[in-house]
Amino acid sequence: MDITGFISKHRKLLLAGFLVLILIAIATLPLYGRTYDVRLMISILAYVAMAISWAMFSGVTGYMSLAPAAFLGVGIYAVALLQRELPFPVIIVIGGLMAFGLAILVGLVTLRLKGIYFAIFTFGLVVLMARVIEYLEAMLFNLHSRHILSVGTANSLYMMLGLAVVTVLSVYFIKRSRYGLALLSIGGNEEAAAHMGVNTTRVKVLLFAVSAIFMGAAGAIMAPTLIYINPGNAFGLVYSFMPILMAVFGGMGQLYGPVIGAVAFGYIEEWLRKELGGSFMLAFGIILILVIVFLPNGIVGLVPMVRSKLGWVIQKLRKGGQAEQHANA
Amino acid sequence: MRMLEGQGVTKYFGGLAAVSNVDFHIDQGEIAGLIGPNGAGKTTLFNLISGAFPISSGEIRFKGQKLNNLKPHQICKMGVSRTFQETKVFANMAVIQNVLVGAFFGTPTSVSGAEAAREASQVLEFVGLSAMSAVPVKDLTLVNQKRVEVARALATKPELLLLDELMAGLNSTEVSEAMELVNKIRDSGITIFMVEHVMKAIMGICERIMVFHHGEKIAEGTCNEISCNKTVIDIYLGEETNAGS
Repeated sequence: MDITGFISKHRKLLLAGFLVLILIAIATLPLYGRTYDVRLMISILAYVAMAISWAMFSGVTGYMSLAPAAFLGVGIYAVALLQRELPFPVIIVIGGLMAFGLAILVGLVTLRLKGIYFAIFTFGLVVLMARVIEYLEAMLFNLHSRHILSVGTANSLYMMLGLAVVTVLSVYFIKRSRYGLALLSIGGNEEAAAHMGVNTTRVKVLLFAVSAIFMGAAGAIMAPTLIYINPGNAFGLVYSFMPILMAVFGGMGQLYGPVIGAVAFGYIEEWLRKELGGSFMLAFGIILILVIVFLPNGIVGLVPMVRSKLGWVIQKLRKGGQAEQHANA
Repeated sequence: MRMLEGQGVTKYFGGLAAVSNVDFHIDQGEIAGLIGPNGAGKTTLFNLISGAFPISSGEIRFKGQKLNNLKPHQICKMGVSRTFQETKVFANMAVIQNVLVGAFFGTPTSVSGAEAAREASQVLEFVGLSAMSAVPVKDLTLVNQKRVEVARALATKPELLLLDELMAGLNSTEVSEAMELVNKIRDSGITIFMVEHVMKAIMGICERIMVFHHGEKIAEGTCNEISCNKTVIDIYLGEETNAGS
């Protein structure tokens, strides 16, 4: 039996089967895993949605957005304000749409800023949102923090899994669409893109806002797992840096780069936190620096490297297989 | 018929007039050339036509429609396309993807994916890059990157094509090929306005030449008129240069 031939022949089918198995394993996690594992999985899936939607816009265009925490926080506060009024799935949609609206406003003001100025403005947005909400909560409701009702850890997992799948599929189709091409051309040379008929402002604002939908929805789904929220933890700046680090860690050249980055990053973070306690960030930083120095294309960049190193082994196997076939014939 | 017409076109950068009170026109179907020393305002004029900068005063009309205050993407869709002096290709994208951007977004009417793909491969065939369709543009030589820019511009189905120093940096064989390409484009019904320093090229294919100096148009005429013009010789061509040499 020629196993390498079989693999290359049915590659797509095998890949699809593998993905289905992973999805089933995640979906059934509440049946065999501890609550701790389920919670870890929820945050990893949230990271997946955020990293891939961040990479869709910022990774391609080079407009480094530090706004994810602002969109996530909007989703979280949508739950805090509406949880007792509306069914939860509706709030997820509202959270996504509110993030979309905020991103449109921000985009119209800032996307004519280039390079570092865009990053600084979006960074400021996160801080601004936190302060504004803090002020409004104190003035209108005389509150510092809010309690969010649990919807059940398993339900949170199912919803986050759903969101991660929807995000990956949406980004996949956007990348293949003409909007994906327009984003690529803007990243390549914005002036030339405009001269070739691309309405660069519209494409940038629209796609920036679309990427915010997934972040807002992730915030809404994540909210019940946080239990107590305040502007400080809902708009935590760490949520802005995480997607970037994960996308860089995984590699942005391919769709699955940020996914792998988010999974690896989420897991390593948790493991280091458990092993090293407070100083985990130090070890984490070192790992990240090593990855950036030695794997400029992220973990995904390992694949072609390994493939070229192992190329002769595979070729030998294939030749062996063919020789066997000839011998049998 | 006048395809492009400028009246009193002026552009200030701070206090400096890069283009100063220039009247010009391009007729349908011709190859018009624009020459002049470095800093004369040639590329600035192209940038004003294509909408890269707003015009300070005066007006530019394309087929009777005013171009002032329109954005580059709108002007492109109206039928004016261009290449850049320093190539501005999408370096990390494949050749075909570069051309697809023009085919998808630059045409006057919106097109389907299949139409855009067909148009893009036809244009690649036209400029002779079919074999390199899948190669990332950054891996191409300068001359081929310039061809990609031409193909990308052609994919937007322009009526007027602005070529900004297409021949700069090419060797003499490549210049001859580029001249052939420019003639072929004109024969396909596209009007051409080109900035060029390579005299052999400009004298060989242009029917009418304008000369800029310090942002002003100092001369205009056929190749023979320009190459005998005393002012032009003093300022730009120099004593030894004659048409065709």
